[in-house]
Amino acid sequence: MNQKHQEDLAHIRSMMERSSRFISLSGLSGVFAGLAALIGGLYTYMLLETRGIGYFRGQDVVLSDNLVSHLILVALIVLLFALTFGIFFTIRKSKKYNLPIWTSATKKMLFNLAVPLAAGGIFCLGLIYHGIYGFIAPATLIFYGLAVINAEKYTFSDIKYLGFSELILGCISLFYIGYGLIFWILGFGILHILYGLVMFKKYK
Amino acid sequence: MGIIDKLNKDFESRVRLGIMSVLMVNDWVDFTEMKTLLDITDGNLASHSSALEKAAYIEVKKEFVGKKPKTSYKVTDLGRAAFKEHLSYLEKLMKS
Repeated sequence: MNQKHQEDLAHIRSMMERSSRFISLSGLSGVFAGLAALIGGLYTYMLLETRGIGYFRGQDVVLSDNLVSHLILVALIVLLFALTFGIFFTIRKSKKYNLPIWTSATKKMLFNLAVPLAAGGIFCLGLIYHGIYGFIAPATLIFYGLAVINAEKYTFSDIKYLGFSELILGCISLFYIGYGLIFWILGFGILHILYGLVMFKKYK
Repeated sequence: MGIIDKLNKDFESRVRLGIMSVLMVNDWVDFTEMKTLLDITDGNLASHSSALEKAAYIEVKKEFVGKKPKTSYKVTDLGRAAFKEHLSYLEKLMKS
């Protein structure tokens, strides 16, 4: 009898969690998003070097329009890779544990994530429009951090630590304009990989 | 009368517990989503949800989205109170 009640309670807890939080997010998504960012960052560094722009030599970086569009293309490819891997590992995990993916919890999570991200995206377009490139890296990190913190209610609550780390990193980077690439690699590369590995071990 | 006798008979089945658990932490949940969440068949969900509706623990809404009928569920105040009571009894039983 006792056994049954214990199972009942476990069942209740699991149903509540399954139905209110998006728990198909795999740690591997984070790892691969981080790797994509890392490779994108290194590629960008080498690209600047080949154009004669020494990133660490402290010289004023002047970006031609041609180079800017090239960099935006790199960013889009990184995003595409990160999203593709994210979706791939999510589908794989949900199949493995027989979890439904497109639930109201997922939609709420995505909505909460999308609002600060969209605002941040428009903000960065504004920065590009005005040619204020130095503030793009801090802005992306800060808005991304806020978006993750905002989505925390509808997925693993551990994700808020990632959000706060990105936010703090973004705030710090505001005072080191010109080192955006480093902060990008740290925030979107290293932090994602670390977070992904921790989550993968914890919820395997 | 012992605590065991106080346990709500309406919540004895795992499926009903599942339906109530999902509705406690969500607003309206539709038939298809409930079915996939609980991993049960149409008939199973229909019979248990109508039993809960009869007990006035859940509210059932039937509407048409385009030409497709759509059934959604929501917990009533009575159902919320009854389920909370059931939960606290279960927890007491675990402690004793």
